[in-house]
Amino acid sequence: MSKFQFPESIRSRPVYGTLEPRPGKAHLMIADAEGAEALLDLAALDASIFRAAHIIYIPKATGETYVDRLKALEPAQFYVGPTYEASVQRIRRVLSDAHMGLQVYLTGTEGLMGQAQNEAMTAGIPHSAIQTEHRGSVARRMQCVHCKGITEDVMTDPFVCSHCGLNLFVRDHYSRRLAAFQGVRVDAEDPGNVPEPVELYK
Amino acid sequence: MTIQFNEETFRDDYSFRNSDWAIKRFPFPFHEDSYMYSVNMEQHRGGPEGSVYEKRFDVDEHYVSEMRDRAIVLAEDPLRCQSLPHMTLAGWDTLELIMVSKSEDYPDLFELHRDGDRWRWINKPMGIDHTFTFLDETTLPCGPLEYITRQAQGDFAVLDQRNDMLYMDAGMITTQADWSLDFDIGMDFFEWHAPVPLAHEMGIFKRALKFLLNIQQGAPARRLNWTMTVNPLLDTSPENYHKWGVQKSTLTPENIGSKQHLRVELQTFYRLPRSNALLFPIRCYLIAFQDIVTIPKWGRRLHRVIRDLPEELATYKGFIDNRPKMLDYLSQYDDGLPTSPGVWPDLDTEPPLQK
Repeated sequence: MSKFQFPESIRSRPVYGTLEPRPGKAHLMIADAEGAEALLDLAALDASIFRAAHIIYIPKATGETYVDRLKALEPAQFYVGPTYEASVQRIRRVLSDAHMGLQVYLTGTEGLMGQAQNEAMTAGIPHSAIQTEHRGSVARRMQCVHCKGITEDVMTDPFVCSHCGLNLFVRDHYSRRLAAFQGVRVDAEDPGNVPEPVELYK
Repeated sequence: MTIQFNEETFRDDYSFRNSDWAIKRFPFPFHEDSYMYSVNMEQHRGGPEGSVYEKRFDVDEHYVSEMRDRAIVLAEDPLRCQSLPHMTLAGWDTLELIMVSKSEDYPDLFELHRDGDRWRWINKPMGIDHTFTFLDETTLPCGPLEYITRQAQGDFAVLDQRNDMLYMDAGMITTQADWSLDFDIGMDFFEWHAPVPLAHEMGIFKRALKFLLNIQQGAPARRLNWTMTVNPLLDTSPENYHKWGVQKSTLTPENIGSKQHLRVELQTFYRLPRSNALLFPIRCYLIAFQDIVTIPKWGRRLHRVIRDLPEELATYKGFIDNRPKMLDYLSQYDDGLPTSPGVWPDLDTEPPLQK
């Protein structure tokens, strides 16, 4: 699957790179869905780092597609979880146990990378030890600026806030602390005049 | 002079009014007949007597009512005041700066008596007489930043400085031009300005950051910024935009003079002594179009500035749809005569409207 090139945007919008094997005593890899492909690509560059790797994988809609191939990399620890939320406690524990020299690899959707990066930063992992690579869905994690509720996996602009029901337009303004983009009521000045939703980046 | 504090509202019935005194001292932001972004910084070391630049923290006739409006906003949404854990000391710095400045600049309104760490603070307009221990949070009803900025007009952003960068790590933001502290808290200088068009490409923010990083204790700076607001609404927050946005579509030729307001921010910048943070007060002044045009020079100039403003800026500032109505109104007050340089009203030297 080819990688999606995000259009150039404003300064608060995150940019993602390409995972590369880096020397480290331990490697924490957090991925969702097609992020598995980036880990497989990483293994093709240097399979040896997986001997000290802990993979936390959330397959989402990909189901079993990548699970066996990831397992075949023989990571030191391999966890498959149903949702990111379900894995958070585990991620926090791993990060709190981390020693100097931990390398963190985040890959998959923006929502997963943003939230996991937040956990890593909160745990004091230096920015320079965290790599990211976007794979798979371009869906966004959005915060409603009005009710503060988070809507996951937003694919259209505008969209309906899953908490307060307002029609929100999708901004590129991004908060790393919230790991979310900002959604603002689209028909505030002309109530009821909601444009037809279009798929993001189309 | 003794200030007569207005009984007025910034919501619902919008009884906010500027007296003649407030109109003449309004911080008109255009020094020439056109506008483009610039860093436009100057030293904040006083200004002409009676002007909004004279004191460190200007107190005017709207003080008591503005503080009442802030209390309403905070009761509805406590997230408008936030401080990341490492910013408490900067909060105390802010409290000290405001208490010392106000008690020295307005001794008839504010008093500060210090006996070591035991401080007694008297705020006469708000009826506060409170003794507390400096640097001991348990002796205040809330954090030091919230405590003092519930008693000071304007928003306050507190910027932490590290790695040659400024971070929006604390603030009291209830009178903002459509940005959210809750969303932006923790962002660096370029990130929280990310939505501003054109200015990044012009290098404005790089130059501004360089300037701000070098502000020294005792040498504050200031600049003006501006936008437009329909109705004298202080709380033009994104949080409440779904409620107030609709007011922008209520302008008619009959009501535009009283409803449409020029919104000016007097932004100042202070280095704080203990935390080395940068205090960034953003004081909002509102004036109705019908009051601006009582100053002939300002009427002429505002028409020209709004007419010639690049489309991106009118869009970003949120009045592109209302611009034709504004120009219909303002053109009545532009007779084509030249205007004197600078921001002052120049009532004695500028000719009255010639039509």
